[in-house]
Amino acid sequence: MMQHGISVPTLGVENLQVTYAVAGGPVSAVRDVSLTVAPRECLGIVGESGSGKTQVFMAAMGLLAVNGRASGSVRFDGREILGLAPEALNRIRGSELTMIFQDPMSSLTPHLKIGVQLAEVLVTHRGFSWRDAMHAAGLILERVRVPEPQRRLQQYPYELSGGMRQRVMIGMSLLCEPKLLIADEPTSALDVTVQSQIMDVLRELRFEAAMAMILISHDLGVVAGLADRIIVMYAGRVVEDAPASEVLQRAHHPYTALLLECVPNLRDARLERMPCLPGQALGAGMQELGCAFAPRCPRATELCRLERPPLRAVHQSVQVACHHPLSP
Amino acid sequence: MSGLWREPGRRLRANTGAVIALGIVVILVSMALVGPWLSPYDIEALDWSHVAAWPGMAHAHWFGTDRLGRDLFVRTLDGARVSLAVGLVASAVSLSVGVSYGAVAGYLGGRTDRLMMRIIEILSGLPLIFFVIFLTVILGRSETLLFVSIGAVGWLTMARIVRGRTLSIRQQEFIEAAVASGASTARIIVKHVVPNVLGPVIVYATLTVPQIILFESFLSFLGLGIQEPRASLGTLIAQGAGEMEAAPWILLVPGGFLALLLLSLNILGDGLRDALDAKESG
Amino acid sequence: MTRYFLMRLGGAIPTLFVIVTLTFFLIRAAPGGPFDREQSLPPQIMANLQNAYGLDQPIWVQYARYVRALGHGDFGPSFKYKDFTVTELIGQGLPVTLELGTVALSLALALGISIGIFAALRHNSPADYATMSLAVVGIAIPSFVALPFLGLVFGIYLHWLPVAGWEPDSIRHLVLPVVALALPPLAYIARLTRAGMLEVLHSRFIRTAIAKGLPLHTVIARHALRPALVPVVGYLAPAVASIMTGSLVVESIAGLPGVGRYLVQGALNRDYTLVMGMVIIYSAVLIGMGLVADLLYAWLDPRVRFAR
Repeated sequence: MMQHGISVPTLGVENLQVTYAVAGGPVSAVRDVSLTVAPRECLGIVGESGSGKTQVFMAAMGLLAVNGRASGSVRFDGREILGLAPEALNRIRGSELTMIFQDPMSSLTPHLKIGVQLAEVLVTHRGFSWRDAMHAAGLILERVRVPEPQRRLQQYPYELSGGMRQRVMIGMSLLCEPKLLIADEPTSALDVTVQSQIMDVLRELRFEAAMAMILISHDLGVVAGLADRIIVMYAGRVVEDAPASEVLQRAHHPYTALLLECVPNLRDARLERMPCLPGQALGAGMQELGCAFAPRCPRATELCRLERPPLRAVHQSVQVACHHPLSP
Repeated sequence: MSGLWREPGRRLRANTGAVIALGIVVILVSMALVGPWLSPYDIEALDWSHVAAWPGMAHAHWFGTDRLGRDLFVRTLDGARVSLAVGLVASAVSLSVGVSYGAVAGYLGGRTDRLMMRIIEILSGLPLIFFVIFLTVILGRSETLLFVSIGAVGWLTMARIVRGRTLSIRQQEFIEAAVASGASTARIIVKHVVPNVLGPVIVYATLTVPQIILFESFLSFLGLGIQEPRASLGTLIAQGAGEMEAAPWILLVPGGFLALLLLSLNILGDGLRDALDAKESG
Repeated sequence: MTRYFLMRLGGAIPTLFVIVTLTFFLIRAAPGGPFDREQSLPPQIMANLQNAYGLDQPIWVQYARYVRALGHGDFGPSFKYKDFTVTELIGQGLPVTLELGTVALSLALALGISIGIFAALRHNSPADYATMSLAVVGIAIPSFVALPFLGLVFGIYLHWLPVAGWEPDSIRHLVLPVVALALPPLAYIARLTRAGMLEVLHSRFIRTAIAKGLPLHTVIARHALRPALVPVVGYLAPAVASIMTGSLVVESIAGLPGVGRYLVQGALNRDYTLVMGMVIIYSAVLIGMGLVADLLYAWLDPRVRFAR
């Protein structure tokens, strides 16, 4: 486990597993994930769809579907939150631990005014009166640079553009000055031009606020501009955990290296489908034999097909799960 | 074709409620068909020595008698026969009308379809009973009117469903092939469209029958339905309601029979729908 | 919102007008007249009767007079109940029927929605299966079968409630009829609410609401309830129709002096004006209900207000 100094990590995930009970049998979305996020650190999580990168944090937030089970440990600010009862969890989420989602179109309640959806956070968590909460909501809209905030407060979600809705979501998550903001693919559903605007908002917040951030994306470019550290996930496991500069210049895991090679221009990286990588990623329902990446790995040996490589420190602050990591 | 039914059949068998319901329906129908022959009485015989008598074995009035001394066992089962007969005939009528209307609308599409659907929309909003009463005012009571109005109950939903299925089938290739080979519209509808909408039709037919039986009972209850001396379950219930305090079985027997019949048919219909729908979405 | 309402109202009035016209001409077009049932009367008296009721005028004149009278709330005289005008008859009975119907509808909505939410929150639990099974029973068994059974159990054997009859301002006499009337729509509303709620609970915006740390009751009441009730709003008009239909029977079994029996009796007696009056009243109620439903749709989903 990596510790950054002696302070308690804002988020500590240890041996997290997430399985879903479906008709054909249990399906593993997250096989074994451990990671930490230090206070004020920005962690980027990168992986294809199906890598489990979102499920880790859905489990942490208590948002798994009814047929989902999580085991392991998730500590927020030192307190165990995995398996916490909803009432206790509700005190933390939305206030100290917040999450924004991929699709602002459907993530806001269509029949409630924007102002109400913002204000209710303060009314619930901080005991504000509706009047004060609405006022604070207007201020937060200013902070995320929504023009004409007073007018927007009275509007419904369908009257706002996608970019504005995402700003509202971001504002919503900042109202109680959280210790950790988890952003799950915040720009994927938006236009290219709007994407950079949203990333700018996040970047500003990064430096203003005293909070840690987790940025989940299949887009390396999105993560590259903002993260201090990057974690690469594959088939429900962490395969590389290193400072952002390391990952981007000197990838250690063959998968990461191939990701970088695939991408001509880092800024426009898209990892949804990998045209230059043959084969398919290991799906959640399939059995693991040896290293999950072996079938697609150009460096795979017999060892790789038989034995799954554990996550090991290669040198200070870099961990890789590979039998034959690339040497720097 | 038989392969199509195996999976839904299996699912239906697994549905305990539906299986029980099916059993009950079979029992009730058999009773209605066979029962009256088992009793020494017929529907009109007046047994003055046993007026409003309790059900019992001694006097062979197994379900008791009504105010006029008529045996309730025979009358109830005969009433059930009437209700079932009307139900089946009217269902068949409304089925044919509904399927044809829906198939034509779905196949022709465009403005004709929209117009035909609009008509259905308007008609669905109006409670049928008022139509019937209305027509009774105008035309007086007649059994033909009864059958027509009862048949008018179920065809709307059926038409809608058939039209939906027809619309989706229409896009498919074998229809294009048929058109290309010069088959007439009517021929295509009959030979290709209808067999393919059979699944949902069966489901909704099962759900329509209780609706129709209900409607007929309702009309008979109000006195607008079947005339004396034949009685349907609705008429019997009306008679029973008047005797509730003194002789409750006069109400309980036909009422219970009707309630059980409707309930079982509904559960069976729901079960069929679940069995077939799951197949579609799977 | 007001503009939307006025638009819908504007659409409703012509519909009512069409119904009035159709009703009028259809009834007049029927073979046989209102006096056929009487023993054959000497032609003189027939002519006098026709004259007294204005039946010897050209049909257009009769129509015009009828519509004008309607504007004044005058439905004309009853052909059967010679001493009363239709307006008087309706005036006597309508309050009872309205009371019966509104209480039944309110009961069906309040209980139906609550039960539906309850079942949805306990999806796949025994409580869920139990309530939904009861719902099937409620839907399948019509009011006119339920009421006598209820009367038998609660009235005759348990002696808790009166089986029939009615006194002004009496609640006890209304209990059984209201319950019998409300049962089928209640069961259906419970099913609709449960289905709607289950679907809404899977929406992304509910996930957001939960992620915000809102307590469950807030998520349900503020975020989930309105979209979940959309199917119920769609069922409002049919529910009213079902209650209206049921009231015809319930009133006669329970001996309630409502307005339902006029419709049936009017039909059997070929009492033109009475039947017309009843049809118009019922249609107005249904159309009104449709209007209320439309308004509710607009309130539930703001996008609808501007869509038209």
